[in-house]
Amino acid sequence: MGNLQVVYEVPKIYTGPNHYCPGCFHGIIHRVIAEILQEEGWDDISIGIAPVGCAVLAYDYIDIDWFEAPHGRACANATGIKWAWPDRLVFTYQGDGDAASIGFAETSYAAIRGVNITTIMVNNAVYGMTGGQMAPTTLVGMKTTTSPYGRDPKYAGYPLKMAEHIAQFEGTALSVRVSAFDPQHVLDMKKWIRKAFQYQMEGKGYTFIEVVSTCPTNWRMDPVKAAEFVKNEMIKVYPLGVYKDVGDEKKEG
Amino acid sequence: MPKKVRGVLKIREDLCKQCGLCVAVCPVHILDFSKTKINSKGYRPIELTDPDKCVGCAFCAMMCPEGVIDVYREIVEVAE
Repeated sequence: MGNLQVVYEVPKIYTGPNHYCPGCFHGIIHRVIAEILQEEGWDDISIGIAPVGCAVLAYDYIDIDWFEAPHGRACANATGIKWAWPDRLVFTYQGDGDAASIGFAETSYAAIRGVNITTIMVNNAVYGMTGGQMAPTTLVGMKTTTSPYGRDPKYAGYPLKMAEHIAQFEGTALSVRVSAFDPQHVLDMKKWIRKAFQYQMEGKGYTFIEVVSTCPTNWRMDPVKAAEFVKNEMIKVYPLGVYKDVGDEKKEG
Repeated sequence: MPKKVRGVLKIREDLCKQCGLCVAVCPVHILDFSKTKINSKGYRPIELTDPDKCVGCAFCAMMCPEGVIDVYREIVEVAE
């Protein structure tokens, strides 16, 4: 093995095996976060806030300090931790049920206060852990266990777009929607999560990353088809892109 | 003798969950599920069907949710 040149090695702080269903993007996002923390040497100073949802056991998979928040209150807990330890890298890792549904107020008010934390929201359009019920982010016409004929906007409303919502607040430094359905988009996601962590370390304000993700089990698809569904259907409703970037505005002005 | 860069994969077979995301993105189509092995989780782990063709692009490692794959490159001499 002497003359081998390393192209990619799984980060040491990503400790498996994990409990996620085969092909779930949670694993990819965990791994990317672990890569960034290890490459930048932030693994000793970072504190993650685990949500309630599929990622509830995230503290077992990335070897950093973690805090387990009550359902939806990850951003409120992160605020307290950040105010107590301003020099730490504090990020919340939430699903759409946690950050956009029960924790909508906490997430919004963290942005309104402009707390110096990062939220990574994994949007897979259903409540994954509880068995695939309709979430605020479910696409119109999408079949779930609580909308067996498809989501009907007449009584269930329209999908919630968090990246656009968070971008409107003055306290937000970065609001981006990324995905991970192919290697290029995984690299793109890594770039933006790294930038969000850098903004936090520079004290620029609240940073929000929404990752459009899959739920192969509750969508009743195999993982490859689920990734294609993200590429072909979900991206139309949740367009990828940068919705607010304080760094860019300063350059232009 | 002409030289060629070849990719070398280190596959942790016991972590693989047979999701197929790596198989779908491999640009030279040399990854497939094993036809002879079953891992401790009960899945058929991935394996290289033609190791000489690997280009070491690391697309498979980037898409793997479980952290199964490490990718290295080595320079080999081609007899021609």
